[in-house]
Amino acid sequence: MAISNDNEAADAAIVVEDLDMRYGDFVIQRDLNFIIREGDVFVIMGGSGCGKSTLLRHLIGLKRPARGRVLYGETSLWDLTAEERQAFLRGVGVLYQKGALWSSMTLAENVAMPLEEYTDMPPAAVKELASLKLALVGLAGFEDYYPSEISGGMQKRAGLARAMALDPKILFFDEPSAGLDPLSSRLLDELIIELRDSLGATVVIVTHELASIFAIGTNSVFLDPETKTMIAQGHPRQLLAECRDPRVHKFLTRGEPDPAGSSTMEKVP
Amino acid sequence: MTAMEATNEGPRIDMARPRNGVLAIRLAGTWRAKDRLPDGAVVAEQLNAGPRVERLTYDSSSLTGWDSGFLTFLQKVESKAAAAGIAVERSGLPAGVQRLLKLAEAVPERKGARRTAKSDPVLAQVGKQTQGAMKQSGAMIEFIGETTSGLGRAATARAKFRRSDLLLLMQECGAQALPIVSLISVLVGLILAFVGSVQLRQFGAQIFVADLVGIAMAREMGALMTAIIMAGRTGAAFAAQLGTMEVNEEIDALKTFGFPPIDFLVTPRMIALIAMMPILTLYADFLGIVGGAIVGVTMLDIPLAQYVNETQAHLSVADFAIGLVKSVIFGVLIAFSGCMQGMRCGRSASAVGAAATSAVVMAIVFIVVADGIFAVLTDRLGL
Repeated sequence: MAISNDNEAADAAIVVEDLDMRYGDFVIQRDLNFIIREGDVFVIMGGSGCGKSTLLRHLIGLKRPARGRVLYGETSLWDLTAEERQAFLRGVGVLYQKGALWSSMTLAENVAMPLEEYTDMPPAAVKELASLKLALVGLAGFEDYYPSEISGGMQKRAGLARAMALDPKILFFDEPSAGLDPLSSRLLDELIIELRDSLGATVVIVTHELASIFAIGTNSVFLDPETKTMIAQGHPRQLLAECRDPRVHKFLTRGEPDPAGSSTMEKVP
Repeated sequence: MTAMEATNEGPRIDMARPRNGVLAIRLAGTWRAKDRLPDGAVVAEQLNAGPRVERLTYDSSSLTGWDSGFLTFLQKVESKAAAAGIAVERSGLPAGVQRLLKLAEAVPERKGARRTAKSDPVLAQVGKQTQGAMKQSGAMIEFIGETTSGLGRAATARAKFRRSDLLLLMQECGAQALPIVSLISVLVGLILAFVGSVQLRQFGAQIFVADLVGIAMAREMGALMTAIIMAGRTGAAFAAQLGTMEVNEEIDALKTFGFPPIDFLVTPRMIALIAMMPILTLYADFLGIVGGAIVGVTMLDIPLAQYVNETQAHLSVADFAIGLVKSVIFGVLIAFSGCMQGMRCGRSASAVGAAATSAVVMAIVFIVVADGIFAVLTDRLGL
């Protein structure tokens, strides 16, 4: 799988063109332009309240751009009919901030629902597959639990199992490590990379967790709440080493004067 | 502690001008938010009186205690000084106070972040309210459309929802509502019988209590009381369930998996309530008549057989049919209000509460208005 990733590395999975995001008259971000390539672990970062999650909602077609386009390959989601858009979105898996499991269903039913709806598998096979997906995220044996009966970290992992139900080509994560302890958060990072490699998927992550950003990010865009636009993009480590914008630099070093492990860093005035 | 505080002196402030252009503020005693602290006006007075002040200095050597109240006082003083272009020297303040003031100023106020409370002229307010109301009714019409097409899809078996969800909802708004519906309808039957008997007894016509209770329950009260119970019980529950799902992003998750939330959440709720309302109403009619019979037999000394006969003789199927038609309409209105408020819920805990409240209010208003329209219609049609 890794080899095919290299061949396709130049292919754009998602292209964002001149995107403006607004709530009513309130501008969240404007003039966003970036490309997410296949096989990337693309990080959307920035301080709290800069519109990271809103950008995610635009990327997955939950919100209509105020201006500009979000292109999957050649197609813009909003040029499609509602049915076509829904069909298209089946190729996309989303892990929401709080897991967003359907609370009236057990974990197995949560994972099974997309399978029942969109595949012709017999019920027994659906059940097995749901169990497998849960086992992949370390939740074997929890099939019959309801979301309210398990911890926040487990809910997130179950949400991931559901997001992977239809073997999507693109996986979106909204703050995967929010509310997790450092260890669970690192395990989730490893899981994300493992899934990317084995499924050959593209991963888009909204986060401000520096450890995750440097550990798994291969490309990124930095949103600034003050100027309401993106002020940097590139590989996170490269940004740390080379970006001269004080806002980006401050963010990536937690504003600490001389962080450990970045000896190549130049002094920013 | 109290003993110590008792010996503490309250805030004291005096000002002096040691040199030309310098105002020295001496702060002594304890400066705590719960004490009555002087406000910045005292200093402002001093600044304006006398020759021009260039610099402000503090002396806090006799200050015995302070808390955040002291800081707000200093902020007021300094904002007045800044407005007058006067330099402030903080070296005379306790080190902790200096650090906290610096911390408060570390992040400059974000431009445009502060909400300015400006009151619009009356005409503008009327305009805004009208625009808001237009938007609201637009949203309502949109939701009516979505719901109707959802029910259309369900009728042609193209809607995606889980059968088990539907059954669970039917149980929730059918069987589980029985106890409260029983209680209320028996009581309503009792009340009607009591009220009627007071007048009818004067003519020795107690037996007509049976007609009164039977017809009132079947045509009017059975459906109306059931609807009001269900609005408070199920309508609010629908709004709260859907609102919580919106807050938890569950509805977003449905959308991204291509499950239309209308089909998946609203349609089964509409169907469940519309199916259960007539059944509950029929049950309420029956129990109301039982309630009337209790009064008739025990208080008015009407033999049970006679009461039953009288009821049967004067109650027609048409009376029940009118009640049942109403109950279906009420079911639609309750489910619609609950689902609409739930789906339009904001993303916070208080929004869920607000959604549940407005669902109940909206449903009850709709029910009573619809019942009024029915009363006029049945009268005109001679039913």
